[in-house]
Amino acid sequence: MESEVLDPQQAKSRQEGVKGESAPVRAAEKKDSAASTPQATRTDNFLFGIPQLGVTQVARQVPLNEPPPMPANADLKYIGKPTPRYDGAAKVTGAGKYTADIHLPGMLYAYMVGATVPHARVIAVDVSAAERSPGVRAVHVIQHVLGNAELRDPAKEAPSTYPIVRYFGQPVAAVAATSQAAANDAAALIKVTYDPMPFVVHRDAARASDAPLVYPGPADQAGTAGGGGGPANVPQVGNVHGPSKKKIGDVSKGFAEADVVVEGEYFTQIQTHSALETHGVVADWKPDELTVYASTQGTSSVRDEFAAYFKLPKTKVRVITEYMGGGFGAKFGAGNEGVVAASLSRKANAPVRLMLDRRQEHIVSNRPDSHQKLKIGAKSDGTLTAIQLTSYGTAGVGTGAGTAGPATNMYKCPNLLTEEYDVFVNAGPGAAMRAPGHPQGCFALEQAIDELAEKLKIDPLAYREKIDDSPARKVERQIILEKTNWRNRRPPGADNGPIKRGIGISQSVWYRFVNMNSSCEVRISKDGSVELMSAVQDLGTGTKTVLAQVVAEEFGIPPQDVVIRIGDTRYPIGPDSGGSITMGSITPAARNAAHQAKQQFLAAIAPGLGVPAEQLVLLDGRLVVASDKSRSYTLRQAAAKMPTDEISARATRVAEYTKDRLTYGGVDYVELAVDTETGRVHVERVFGVHDCGRPMNPLGVVSQINGGILQGISYALFEQRIMDPGKGSMLNANLESYKIIGAREIPEIEVVLIENYIAQSSTDAAGIGESAGVIALAAAIANAFYNATGVRMRSLPMTPQHVLTALGKADRETHV
Amino acid sequence: MSDPQKPSISRRGFLKAASVTAASTLVESVHAVAKEANEASRGPRTSGPGLVPIVLHVNGIAHSLTVEPRLTLAEALRDSLGLTGTKVVCDRGSCSACTIWLDKLPTLSCMTLAIDVGSRNITTIEGIATGSQLHPVQAAFVKHDAMQCGFCTPGMVMSCVALLDRNPSPTLDDVKHAVSGNLCRCGTYPKVFAATLEVAQGRKLVNPIISANREKGA
Repeated sequence: MESEVLDPQQAKSRQEGVKGESAPVRAAEKKDSAASTPQATRTDNFLFGIPQLGVTQVARQVPLNEPPPMPANADLKYIGKPTPRYDGAAKVTGAGKYTADIHLPGMLYAYMVGATVPHARVIAVDVSAAERSPGVRAVHVIQHVLGNAELRDPAKEAPSTYPIVRYFGQPVAAVAATSQAAANDAAALIKVTYDPMPFVVHRDAARASDAPLVYPGPADQAGTAGGGGGPANVPQVGNVHGPSKKKIGDVSKGFAEADVVVEGEYFTQIQTHSALETHGVVADWKPDELTVYASTQGTSSVRDEFAAYFKLPKTKVRVITEYMGGGFGAKFGAGNEGVVAASLSRKANAPVRLMLDRRQEHIVSNRPDSHQKLKIGAKSDGTLTAIQLTSYGTAGVGTGAGTAGPATNMYKCPNLLTEEYDVFVNAGPGAAMRAPGHPQGCFALEQAIDELAEKLKIDPLAYREKIDDSPARKVERQIILEKTNWRNRRPPGADNGPIKRGIGISQSVWYRFVNMNSSCEVRISKDGSVELMSAVQDLGTGTKTVLAQVVAEEFGIPPQDVVIRIGDTRYPIGPDSGGSITMGSITPAARNAAHQAKQQFLAAIAPGLGVPAEQLVLLDGRLVVASDKSRSYTLRQAAAKMPTDEISARATRVAEYTKDRLTYGGVDYVELAVDTETGRVHVERVFGVHDCGRPMNPLGVVSQINGGILQGISYALFEQRIMDPGKGSMLNANLESYKIIGAREIPEIEVVLIENYIAQSSTDAAGIGESAGVIALAAAIANAFYNATGVRMRSLPMTPQHVLTALGKADRETHV
Repeated sequence: MSDPQKPSISRRGFLKAASVTAASTLVESVHAVAKEANEASRGPRTSGPGLVPIVLHVNGIAHSLTVEPRLTLAEALRDSLGLTGTKVVCDRGSCSACTIWLDKLPTLSCMTLAIDVGSRNITTIEGIATGSQLHPVQAAFVKHDAMQCGFCTPGMVMSCVALLDRNPSPTLDDVKHAVSGNLCRCGTYPKVFAATLEVAQGRKLVNPIISANREKGA
């Protein structure tokens, strides 16, 4: 297995809980290191390896109450088998209730007023007309804005009654009324008086020495429960915050040793999350408990932030997320909308629903942009000698625009230097977005690797074989070779006509993060019914389905016979879903709880059946006596022998079996056509081979990879936040002019999963959200574009304008 | 400054031409506009600004409501009738998540005023299954996992069921066309295509003669 390269500075900052890649990642790091209390262990032999390379056995010390090692997927009944979604019927019939669908008795509707200038002091907020508006029950003026960076020294700025406005649309006030229309009407009556300040909305403009300052001194994005955020306490000059450095060896020595050097500049754009369900909550403030229905990726993170903000004990905040309409990294913590809804609910003494509108959704979070300079050196045999990356990116009024993950972790190189800068601009804060920093970094790195291969006169796939010893990537490349048209790849620009076709690949890399805040309870009732409970949420990633499979496997009953109750902080704590943490964190807790509940159950009923518990086996929905196969019972008959009405067990995630740092990834292959007359790029075929440890539910994993691939294409070709430099607002904060991929642009997609047994937990499961194509696609498309045209695309998105410019058919290139 | 960033285009102005989803053919949209124009020409009608009594026929049940004239059909279904299967995503006719049928014609409920529906029959996602028996398209969506977060799914199902009703033997391109207005951020399109085509294929196998005739005739 590969190990993630972490420099001491980064490791230290993570330990201190300073923002690294995203909050869940940070939390995982902290909890991982704290969880090593000595305990009694035994030695078990676990499967290890990838079937294509031969699976071996490896011995691990595991806690005494761990379940026995899990067999290979081929030897399991439910795990590893394509399993329809647990809540599929609820989703296709519209029965599932999302946060936006919650309707409580007496519920009010709220609307948040956003700033109509990008940078200003707020002199006055007049809510008197709004308060008199029909149907209004409460008005709230925001005292503290979440999500923005905070000045290290608040004295750098004159005190202000209201939060300083630093981006157009920053929430200022809100209204709750008896209908959405009444709330919107009243919101329009709120009069905000601004004292405007100079502003800047583009990265390059903000780097200029005379640029308007977004913050009057060094600022860091406070560690909310949310994603985004970057390193604190780095230098800041003007709007430029950084660098955050990683250093291995000596790059000048490495470049001196190099026979071949490639160097290039790459530009990527700002992408918005555009989850179909906007951010929002229904908050119900009662004297004894605050209940929050939240569209969130982390019920626990929402509870914690509400408790901290309102100084409530965690026991008096309940967060519920039964169905969730997409997050992609943008939805953690209470959020401004959450704090506002709870404040309105307290004032109005009624539940309040506050969902962002589509315009607001586009403004409150995004994937930062980048301007990267990447230089790589290699010896004439291809051996890498140096990698140097400098990147500037803007996360608006936040930080977290680093792109060095792929350059640092994809290939081993003895000399590495990365310097990442955040550039503040007057625009909404960046947030974690599906593999933060990685699509950007990969777009540069994987094109540079292709360029290097060309200079070295080596096939790009064969070159990766040389410089990348990851066993999983080796298997993935081999499958690409066998199953695609790669071997028939032609030289660049081989087509003579205006339509030019090409083939390209890219690899991806992501990391195994585990959150120890992962607990499940499994219950058996006297009627033989089985249920699992955990606060963990299902964003559409299929968490419920896999939990049902895990319990089903232990009890020998079909997954549809297991009831899964998750997404409620009244249940045992669950991990926040970010950084592909969920599967690898929660499924071992689920299996251990199910195993322990089963052991208790068998022990409890054995006396009634007159056999030792060790003789009892649960198989194919029946309880069988091993020594006398003629004696078998349904689960219901067996459960009737329980001495009490309920047996339950609760388990919490056990630490990883070893301290190895593991990575995951895939190789994605693209065939495309470039219309050199219109500048349009048509992706025609994608073939992705991916690794997520033990695939638990191949049906759901393939769905996620399809989605990652399509989001990657959408990012590469279409999506782009466009800011108005005159007004400071986002011009395309909607779904008609912010273009995301649609049905017409869907290529043929084939996905192959490899099994990778890592012997790290009682399930060996891992997430797939990040490495699922979204990292690699822009780079694979760019490499295929080069193969088609002989021209390198170094700017995203590959819109007709950028394409025609790159082909020398348009005059000017703009980086928006 | 008092602009709370509301869209400046009025729904009513946008409504007549835009309420038919991209899922419909041009011919159908011409019919729909003509029909609305017909209804409007039957006599002058002034509504509002006060509350207006209306009857909505939803999934075979008549509901009497008193609504503000500006209330959209999506809001009426979701907030007044509790039929929250219909989703609102963009609230301005760009994503088709709110697709319902008016007399079997896929229509954007966020771009339709509740008071303009009249006597037409509304079918929502809640009216597609028969009791606990899923419609074959719904069952195929589950089988193929043609959903992830599920927020676009009701709209997708409405578009795909309508497609098979008007074209029992669609090609892949027909399916892409039918859901070309339905945005899905999770990227479930390939499975939506597969599920819909499988239902069509299955029906063809069950009754090949009817399907073949339809292909020839229409």
